[in-house]
Amino acid sequence: MKHFGRSSRRRLLQMGAAMGGGLLAGQQKVLAWDTPGKLGTPLGPYGERSPFEKAVRWRRESGTPETGSSFTPLQDSVGTLTPSSLHYERHHAGIPTIDPAKHRLVVHGMVDRPLSMTVAEIRRLPSVTRTLVLECGGNSASEWAARTGPDVQRSYGLASCSEWTGVPLSLVLAEVGVRPGAAWVIAEGADACRMERSIPLAKAMDDILLAYGQNGEAIRPAQGYPLRLIIPGWEGNTSVKWLHSLKLTDQAYMARDETAKYSDLMPDGKTRIFTYQMEAKSVITFPSGGQTMPGRGLYELTGLAWSGRGRIERVEITTDGGRSWVNAQLQEPRLPIAFTRFRLPWRFDGRDAVIASRATDESGYIQPTREALVAVRGTNSIYHFNGIKYWTVKADGTVTNVEV
Amino acid sequence: MWKCSALALVLVWAGAAALTAQSPKYGVGRPATPEEIRDLGAAIAPDGGGLPEGSGSVAEGRAVFAARCARCHGPKGEGAVGATLVGGQGTLGTPRPLKTVGSFWPYATTVWDYINRAMPFDEPGLLKPPEVYAVVAYILNLNSIIGDEGVMDARSLPKVKMPNRDGFVADPRPDVGNAK
Ligand code: HEC
Repeated sequence: MKHFGRSSRRRLLQMGAAMGGGLLAGQQKVLAWDTPGKLGTPLGPYGERSPFEKAVRWRRESGTPETGSSFTPLQDSVGTLTPSSLHYERHHAGIPTIDPAKHRLVVHGMVDRPLSMTVAEIRRLPSVTRTLVLECGGNSASEWAARTGPDVQRSYGLASCSEWTGVPLSLVLAEVGVRPGAAWVIAEGADACRMERSIPLAKAMDDILLAYGQNGEAIRPAQGYPLRLIIPGWEGNTSVKWLHSLKLTDQAYMARDETAKYSDLMPDGKTRIFTYQMEAKSVITFPSGGQTMPGRGLYELTGLAWSGRGRIERVEITTDGGRSWVNAQLQEPRLPIAFTRFRLPWRFDGRDAVIASRATDESGYIQPTREALVAVRGTNSIYHFNGIKYWTVKADGTVTNVEV
Repeated sequence: MWKCSALALVLVWAGAAALTAQSPKYGVGRPATPEEIRDLGAAIAPDGGGLPEGSGSVAEGRAVFAARCARCHGPKGEGAVGATLVGGQGTLGTPRPLKTVGSFWPYATTVWDYINRAMPFDEPGLLKPPEVYAVVAYILNLNSIIGDEGVMDARSLPKVKMPNRDGFVADPRPDVGNAK
């Protein structure tokens, strides 16, 4: 072990020298471990990230910290998946601690055979796995009034992408026998506020998952352990966490979180209701607000694009405030309703640059400007902001949300 | 209106009738018991379906509110750590809309459903049905939707016409974003 360590270190040093002594000039050593020749920590049962990694969720201080949002640090993300531990949270009454052995899902209402299942029983049914983005309907809400989000975490961080595993809800509905006349499914969670949403039966028969797995393990408590809905392409609030009841009905129940909340007030005083669909959206994560360019030269400009309507077809980038746009490279495979990473080599030449990305999805929908959204919807609709987000890279290398 | 669109969905899902005839394919799980369904039966329909027995008056609600709600929502529902529950009628179409139970919520049944399931925030489930009726009556009264003598029960509550009942429209999106 010791020997290997030393010799490989020496080899690296030699490689460094061969690659050009300049590399070593200002550095003590190429290998940055603190304890050469000493044993590392033993193997462990459940992994942790490096103590040098500091990315964390952000949340606003609150007198009632059980209700609120925590935002994914998209500026630190690489690739397309969000670690479960950094997945955004939006709870209305805290995170319940649920013993899966005592948890049941009851499917009742307008059905022939009301059914009660444990999570272990649900796991016996044929399952599917899908990589899907979840986005809070209120993500980027602060952008309506102005481009106030100082960094990508606070302005776009209520979106995260995971691999979800579960059973198609359609399969369970076939098991219970949906009665003629049923048209809605009322979903209820087992959290303190028993979160309630009305979901059209047509969507329930289409692609909704009863999910118990996230990123290769059981769903985290904050994400709905042991069972939640995952509703592809719809605002996150409909993917009811800690799911314990599905009631088939002939009408929507007009729950508080689909009337008073998660509804979109228009300038004429009318309110759009059942605005489930999330639309195409993208944002540059590097360079993005709050970051500082280390110096001039070549960088990889990168970010994330997604759409509730399917695949991302194109992401265009401007570095001149929207005068010209070029196509970014898209990471394959481009999965429907999932984060698509985009990239573009870009040279920072020490002059102010106003940068932004614009996504087009497979339905042909093009991410609009904030101005176009505001012209139709005003600034009080809170939900479903998906406007183009501009960042300004200033000559001194600082990056802000302010346009020059 | 939401019943009509629901009917359209039924037509889309014409296979439902065929499914009802079939027996379960996997047979996993067991029949839900009446007790389980009753325990989960808290969801209240806008037509009042699911509302329990009992009733409560504005006067009784004033006492419940002072004891259980004012701490977070202010003595008159004006808002504190919890939301503002009163006022805002006529503001929805203005630059500074105030969305409250009185100005925004389309159904009084939703107020019952929500308070019953989620309030008091730190002790949900504390109130008995008559107390929920009473505190709903009080909040409606604070918003000048029912009079001082008002009493709410399973029959009167669904009949309350909320000021913003007709203020909701279907989602027209995509409304922006299809042209460069
Ligand atoms: C400990 C503080 C607290 C207490 C006590 C409390 N509430 Fe609340 N209330 C809240 C919070 C916080 C919210 C917002 C919850 C969320 O984020 O979904 C809320 C939301 C509400 C709403 C929804 C407001 C809206 O416009 O969406 C109503 C109605 C309400 N409370 C009524 C009551 C009533 C009635 C009581 C007494 C029985 C009560 N509350 C007791 C803190 C409290």
